[in-house]
Amino acid sequence: MTELKLPSIDYAAISPILIMLGTALLGVLVEALVPRRWRHVVQLTLALLAVLAALTMVVLSADERIITAGQALAIDGPTLFLQGAILVLAAMALLLIGDRSVERGGAFVAQAAVTAESADDRRQAEGRNGLTEVYPLTTFAIGGMLIFVAANDLLTMFIALEVFSLPLYLLCALARRRRLLSQEAAMKYFLLGAYASAFFLFGVALIYGFTSGIPGRTAGVDFATIHAAVGESPASPVLLFAGMALLAIGLLFKAAAAPFHVWTPDVYQGAPTPVTGFMAACTKVAAFGALLRVFQVAFADANWDFTPVLGAVAVLTMLVGAVLAVTQTDIKRLLAYSSIANAGYLLVGVLAPSRDGLAGTMFYLVAYGFSVLAAFAVVTLVRDDDGEATHLSRWAGLGRRSPFFAALFTFILLAFAGIPLTSGFTSKFAIFGPALEGGQAWLVIAGVLTSMILAFPYLRVVVMMWLSEPGESTPTVTVPGGLTSAALMIGVLATLVLGVAPAPLLDLAAGAAEFVR
Amino acid sequence: MSNFPFLSVLTVAPLVGALVVAFLPRHRPELAKQVAFAWSLLVLVLSVVMWVSFNAGGDRFQFRESYSWIPNWGVSFTFAADGIALVMLMLIAVLVPLVILASWHDAESSKRSVPVYFALLLVLECTMIGVFAAADVFLFYVFFEVMLVPMYFLIGSYGGHQRQYAAVKFFLYSLVGGLFMLAAVIGLWVVGGKTFDWQALSQVDISTGTERWLFLGFFLAFAIKAPFFPFHTWLPDAGGAAPAGAAALLVGVLDKVGTFGILRYCLPLFPEASKWFAPWALALGVIGIVYAALLAVGQNDLKRLVSYTSIAHFGFIGVGIFAFTTQAGTGAVLYMLNHGLATGLLFLVVGMLISRRGSALISDFGGAGKLVPVLAGVLFFAGLASLALPGTAPFISEFLVLIGTFTVNKPVAVIATLGIILAAAYVLWMVQRTTQGTLNPALTEVDGMRRDLNLREKVVVAPLIALIVLLGFFPKPVTDVINPAVQATMDDIGRTDPAPSVGGTVQEAAK
Repeated sequence: MTELKLPSIDYAAISPILIMLGTALLGVLVEALVPRRWRHVVQLTLALLAVLAALTMVVLSADERIITAGQALAIDGPTLFLQGAILVLAAMALLLIGDRSVERGGAFVAQAAVTAESADDRRQAEGRNGLTEVYPLTTFAIGGMLIFVAANDLLTMFIALEVFSLPLYLLCALARRRRLLSQEAAMKYFLLGAYASAFFLFGVALIYGFTSGIPGRTAGVDFATIHAAVGESPASPVLLFAGMALLAIGLLFKAAAAPFHVWTPDVYQGAPTPVTGFMAACTKVAAFGALLRVFQVAFADANWDFTPVLGAVAVLTMLVGAVLAVTQTDIKRLLAYSSIANAGYLLVGVLAPSRDGLAGTMFYLVAYGFSVLAAFAVVTLVRDDDGEATHLSRWAGLGRRSPFFAALFTFILLAFAGIPLTSGFTSKFAIFGPALEGGQAWLVIAGVLTSMILAFPYLRVVVMMWLSEPGESTPTVTVPGGLTSAALMIGVLATLVLGVAPAPLLDLAAGAAEFVR
Repeated sequence: MSNFPFLSVLTVAPLVGALVVAFLPRHRPELAKQVAFAWSLLVLVLSVVMWVSFNAGGDRFQFRESYSWIPNWGVSFTFAADGIALVMLMLIAVLVPLVILASWHDAESSKRSVPVYFALLLVLECTMIGVFAAADVFLFYVFFEVMLVPMYFLIGSYGGHQRQYAAVKFFLYSLVGGLFMLAAVIGLWVVGGKTFDWQALSQVDISTGTERWLFLGFFLAFAIKAPFFPFHTWLPDAGGAAPAGAAALLVGVLDKVGTFGILRYCLPLFPEASKWFAPWALALGVIGIVYAALLAVGQNDLKRLVSYTSIAHFGFIGVGIFAFTTQAGTGAVLYMLNHGLATGLLFLVVGMLISRRGSALISDFGGAGKLVPVLAGVLFFAGLASLALPGTAPFISEFLVLIGTFTVNKPVAVIATLGIILAAAYVLWMVQRTTQGTLNPALTEVDGMRRDLNLREKVVVAPLIALIVLLGFFPKPVTDVINPAVQATMDDIGRTDPAPSVGGTVQEAAK
């Protein structure tokens, strides 16, 4: 027996992760010890402070490029950039989650165990204060995402996947209104997510098998070992291909890429809107962060093998998202399909194997996260007595009733459609440019063609809001409180600034765009 | 004066004006109109100063300015104008104040905010100036796309019958073209060594296959914008639904971006591909001339009729560009200007008729000349200018295009000449059915038809009529500016004119 050696851990470098997970645990204690009426304020402050502290630590260690905790965590440029992105976007999402002025008591159910549609349920919907457990759940999820983008071996990645997925399943079930829809969404997400995790784990096992048997190396699932094994393993390549495919299924599920996207519209529609925004922004960043690392670090030398397959997935994703978005009549489902199409564009970036491609993908993730959170912030505001009015026909004439918010939403839709002077345009350019340079012209053509299809549903919403006459049932727009306003304005301003002056963030992304091996 | 940053100031000024107008109180529409009008006059004055300080015999590109924008991608705010761009900038500066004046009461009937209408017109002016002034391909693309947004709202919010359908169709058609161009722009950026500067890109050698694909990407966007047959179906809808002022700008200026883009981007950047595709482009032009003219004859809606005549005229411009002779090229650019003036006038006059009658259908008129003789007279003049009667400015451009084409491609020139005959048919028949003949009794019951042109409307049409007549007899100031730029474009694609066989007469006609 060789003596067991403890790996050295650089605690400063992984402090953002520790801060978030620590705060989550603290949040559980707050639930137990702090009086009920203080909990909301304490929890929200705690969560926001933790995000701020973690962000500070990310900024402070901006030049860190190490692999620590054995081979488990890589703190390098992409990790820090994506961790920063997750934290900024999560702060915005927390503002939306914490808002109690738009809906009395917040967007979350008061008692998760209340039977849906019962008299008790109706009473809680009237305005009893929502659960405060959502804050520890959210902080756990953020912590998991921070590990996910830093994970340098497949097992750590799997654990991070579970750490951020389980709280999300729960959060999806906690909508105050339309509880059945919300619970159905959580159930679907959980069952399909469990399948996806199983696929991922099976893939890990196959890859482990593939790495064994190299003379002078021990088998393992850390990325350096896998990278070496791709070149020199004596094992059958079938193990590698099957393993890669199963891993990809697990990751593409989280990224909402076709054909693993089926959960997305249902979950996006059923989940409480702030949580939907959180998933659309932060989960996307985390999932693509992991995809980038797995395919550009571990399997970099197998890119001849996976590029055609992932390329096909990208085209399919763009097509499915764009075509099905056209037929949607619910704004949340429309945004869900649009997020699927955007996953397709992001995959184009993943397949551009250059520094520029990596930087472009990271830029896209940030830009899209800001816009999509702002979009969902507006969705929370358009409401009537029954909560949010998400059916598109109800948005007719909104431009007359509340021109300001309709104008903001129009701007975001134009950004999604990729009109210049918005971040939607610069981020498409940031991805398509390197892809074309990398010889993936067919992906760019597909991206352009689907952008055209996708412009139509966005435009339909604009037409609804501005060119249609207000109907009897056009809901009003609630004037948001400080928290939602702040999130909305940050999102809209970021969309504008990243469209007009993207250079600073591009510089930052370009400087960070190198993995350590 | 030539050091003054004309182009950037001209681009930004209308935008500032738009912001001012948009934030004026909604209940004081008169103030908004006056501010917008004054602002557009200011832009006109500045443009005139720029025109005067342009040195016709000097460099191809003048007033060059460059400011860094996104260094990571080699994007900069680069502005520069050659003679072609200068002429188009003048056209914009002249048309916008007149359009604002002509649309004085247009927005009131729509129940929408009046200041916003005029703010949108000024935003449109900003993007139009920007698109012609840009000398950076990325910047050009940005203006090219953003231009859609104000126009979309002008049609969609303030338009007439079927405005929603027309606005969405306009936006989607243009966006489709724009996205193909985006793919080509990115491609050009990659093969051109990551720069967007027009001058640097025009020096790049591109392999034949790539060049043809990139040409197609650009050409498709411009052909939809112009529009050429068979990408034209959005224009009659948009032109028919847009308020008359916006329609005048749409057809008068916006569509010229297409033909301008071909001259500035397709030909110099992809010379080999341009030559390779020229027969196809000529064919599209000729088909457009005949087909759109035939459709125009059959129209019963005044605005749609004018839109179809424009498609026919764009066919002429397309033929002029792809004939690759200096005369035809000069004719095409001159046509862009003259068509803007003549069709702008026609649209505005038709708009005045329609707002009086409350209907755009020709069959609702008849003998209107007996009620509103001056208006009928102006319509007749605008019609004659539109059919290129000698003595009006469009005649010179049409004639230059035809003789310039005839020297290199006789069949095309002969078929295109048919367009002149058809033009006479659709214009004269339209004038006859609306203003001549026996008076339609229904007209006398409409209050508006008893009012002839008022002072404001006379002020709108007078400068356009004056310019059309002036340039009809004395186009030299304009051709002097256009000629060197067209010559340089022809040099870019390496074409020289065939030696004139009938000593000199052709050259004199060009002067």
